[in-house]
Amino acid sequence: MAKVVYKFGDDISTDIIYPGRFMATVLPTETPQYAFADNQDLNSKLVNGQIEKGSIIIAGKNFGCGSSREQAVSTIKGHELVIIAKNFARIFLQNSVNLGLNTITCPDIEAEINDEIVITETKVINKTQGREFDLIPHPPARQAIIDAGGLINYTRKKLMEKI
Amino acid sequence: MNILIIKTHFDYKAFNLLKKIDFNSYFCEKYLKIFIIYNRKTMGQTIVQKILANAANLPAVKVGDVVEPKVNLAMSHENAALVINQFLEIYKGTGLEPKVWEPGKIAIIFDHRVPAESSKTATNQKKVRNFVTEQNITKFHDIRGDEMGICHQILPESGYVRPGYVVVGTDSHTTSHGALGAFSFGIGATEMASVWTLGTILNVQVPPTIKVVVNGTFNQFVLPKDLILYLIGQLTAEGANFRVIEFHGEAIRNMTTSGRLTICNMTVEAGATSGIVPPDDETLIYLRNTAGVKDEIELINPDPDAEYEKIIEINASELVPQIACPHTVDNVKSIRDVSGIKINQVVLGSCTNGRLDDLEIAAKILKNKKIDKNVRMLVFPASGRIYKEALKAGYLIDLMEAGAVIVNPGCGPCLGIHQGALGDGEIALSTTNRNFKGRMGNPNSEVYLSSPAVAAASAIAGFITDPRELN
Repeated sequence: MAKVVYKFGDDISTDIIYPGRFMATVLPTETPQYAFADNQDLNSKLVNGQIEKGSIIIAGKNFGCGSSREQAVSTIKGHELVIIAKNFARIFLQNSVNLGLNTITCPDIEAEINDEIVITETKVINKTQGREFDLIPHPPARQAIIDAGGLINYTRKKLMEKI
Repeated sequence: MNILIIKTHFDYKAFNLLKKIDFNSYFCEKYLKIFIIYNRKTMGQTIVQKILANAANLPAVKVGDVVEPKVNLAMSHENAALVINQFLEIYKGTGLEPKVWEPGKIAIIFDHRVPAESSKTATNQKKVRNFVTEQNITKFHDIRGDEMGICHQILPESGYVRPGYVVVGTDSHTTSHGALGAFSFGIGATEMASVWTLGTILNVQVPPTIKVVVNGTFNQFVLPKDLILYLIGQLTAEGANFRVIEFHGEAIRNMTTSGRLTICNMTVEAGATSGIVPPDDETLIYLRNTAGVKDEIELINPDPDAEYEKIIEINASELVPQIACPHTVDNVKSIRDVSGIKINQVVLGSCTNGRLDDLEIAAKILKNKKIDKNVRMLVFPASGRIYKEALKAGYLIDLMEAGAVIVNPGCGPCLGIHQGALGDGEIALSTTNRNFKGRMGNPNSEVYLSSPAVAAASAIAGFITDPRELN
């Protein structure tokens, strides 16, 4: 069980998740401090450790649209948040799979801040509202990367197979 | 038995089986060819299907297939610093010496923060320079005269992109290079590290294609930018997510490569994996005359009976100037609905609209005029070469005399990293590609997007102005 800590609308861009002016910071270990930097409320809670790991962010359609900057994924991954969105923009979704950020595509999701959520293999269950929503699992090709523990491990395995 | 298989339908299992059957090579070759011919004849392929099939060494692919295509060109900018980090991670513990798969197929172009705006950036750039030397990467564009520029201009003008190529770049606007008939798309840094290691891109799902047919002729002061803004408004920001947009029609055939780069550049704003223009005579002329390509160029085109998910028709003759309003690129309005909005800054340039014809139309509008005293106009040519050409043609003098500031080529204010940040409550009109909240360095500002003609006309007036209404 995890709690919804924030709720976004549609088309949340990578400029909102990780503003361009912090792009000179690249290392995944250094990016979490700038998560949602222009949203002072959310950023300060994250940076001050007021949000538990495993907490849930709810979003509408097209979460992560815009830039290919991987910092937008590593910054959220650093806080171990789970994103449940109606759908994700392509590059953001692929980057999440590659870096192991937990992204759940759930087209009909309905949840409010503080709702308690359980995620199963096929469903998102909103315990607070007593409702269940189907999730769309990753296709096998993407799941294979997740199962390998991310693209670095997956590529390393492929590289060793080639030799 | 084999003829039966051929006459039913194309079947991968059967194809693979056939490859394994112990025929002598003559028969095997012959049957494979029959398969290819049969398949091409009965299942029309889009251009991207053909490119992916070639790159994955398959006779054909269908939408939804997962393939591992070979990459012809892998581009990064300053974020190569992160790619290097992830690349070295891949090699950790393997006992192998980290070596990129083919140094000649990697391009690295500094453009996002040039010259470096901070010690952090300068140190990242230094790290990349060292790596480039160690690994013998030749397609490297540093901060240097007419060799520098924005990656999406350097790639086409240097002849690095060819029709039929698979191009990946750690930048979402890598969609631009579909203008030359390549399948070109943006990826993240870790994915690029994987490409540097293996030379292929793993687990690519063949995308469905939306066909956009643009007929008619553009009216004066209506530009390719207006077409793509209009299309994004129709499709919405996620309307082409995980899809390719293939451009057809007489207005596309009559469009220069510069205009095609503009429209393909912004297809990602509708979520598209890539935009693509089937290559033609214009592509050849550009590659020979501008990009200096000497060797053979193969033109891969879609089949007339290719299957499209959707077909959208647009009449260019009916288009008027379009504006994308804050804070999403799909919030597109006809200029008459927004004209009169006061502006503080005009930005002309970027990978979307910083090419010679963009500077030319703005210079013609601004020649012997003065930019409104309450407006700052920043001009960012897309490359050093374009800067030089615009200088020789006198466009930069016209722009400067009107009151514009000419800045070195680079990504500049487009993403609020470097120069040209906005003050609280300020409004910019920009020929760039994004207007997300905070994009130009300040979440308390607004960005409107337009064509270079609208930008120039508005700079004179001090508010959003239809260039067709200028005297």
